[in-house]
Amino acid sequence: MSIDWLHFTPWSALAGGALIGLAAALFVVLNGRIAGISGLLGALVQGGEGRGEKALFLLGLLLAPLLWGLFAALPSIEFHSGWPGLVVAGLLVGLGTRYGAGCTSGHGVCGMARLSPRSLVATLAFMASGFATVFVLRHLLGG
Amino acid sequence: MRPLTALLAGLIFGLGLLLAGMANPAKVLGFLDLAGAWDPSLALVMVAAIGVAVLPFRWAGRQTRTLLGAPMQLPHKRELDRRLIGGSLLFGVGWGIAGICPGPALVLLLSGHWQAPLFVLAMLAGMQAFSLLQRPKEQA
Repeated sequence: MSIDWLHFTPWSALAGGALIGLAAALFVVLNGRIAGISGLLGALVQGGEGRGEKALFLLGLLLAPLLWGLFAALPSIEFHSGWPGLVVAGLLVGLGTRYGAGCTSGHGVCGMARLSPRSLVATLAFMASGFATVFVLRHLLGG
Repeated sequence: MRPLTALLAGLIFGLGLLLAGMANPAKVLGFLDLAGAWDPSLALVMVAAIGVAVLPFRWAGRQTRTLLGAPMQLPHKRELDRRLIGGSLLFGVGWGIAGICPGPALVLLLSGHWQAPLFVLAMLAGMQAFSLLQRPKEQA
């Protein structure tokens, strides 16, 4: 392992993370809900209570780059996958987050902040398989 | 008021993802590539997000109503079951392939890259598949 100092952005990472934490805090303290994106999205797909509020939170996510774009150029966005990779990845992310009842936001941020053992286990699991997948794709298969 | 705070929280969350670099798949993959040139930035994103949220969640855990009078709806499940672990492992594989998780996928949707709508469609299809697979079991 070597640290990629060229791409390491500690300050924007900390500031962006603080905003994410603030948003999750507002959503629970005011709306009483977990800011877990896969759960909110799943509720829209599957139905259930509070769809209006959940849809509005997700609308905020959609509008964020448009709001950002009014004041500054969007930060660099670079995709590494072609369409087959995107389709397979999307299917796995959709199915896996619903079975696992959460993703990076619901388990990784909210659940960890609640000190939930389920979320700790889920976060360790998706981190481990994320690391393993990149290792296989980049270093074993050389893709 | 609650619809407005929901929208505002979503907006702040999205801006945070953009600022943090989470909405850049290349950066996420740089974090997941432990064996290559490792970019630790996203570990700091999680540390900061959890650090800011931990006290508000602690407060929320002791309440039955929110500051706006809404019911406090926190998960109560405690079992570490196969679904939790298997589902999370599957999610991680998908995350490792494209470097995109659900929040950034939605932030990217209107960013003008063709990859984003394709990923979101596939993700919704995966969620729909889950709903369909669940239905017969719930009726039984």
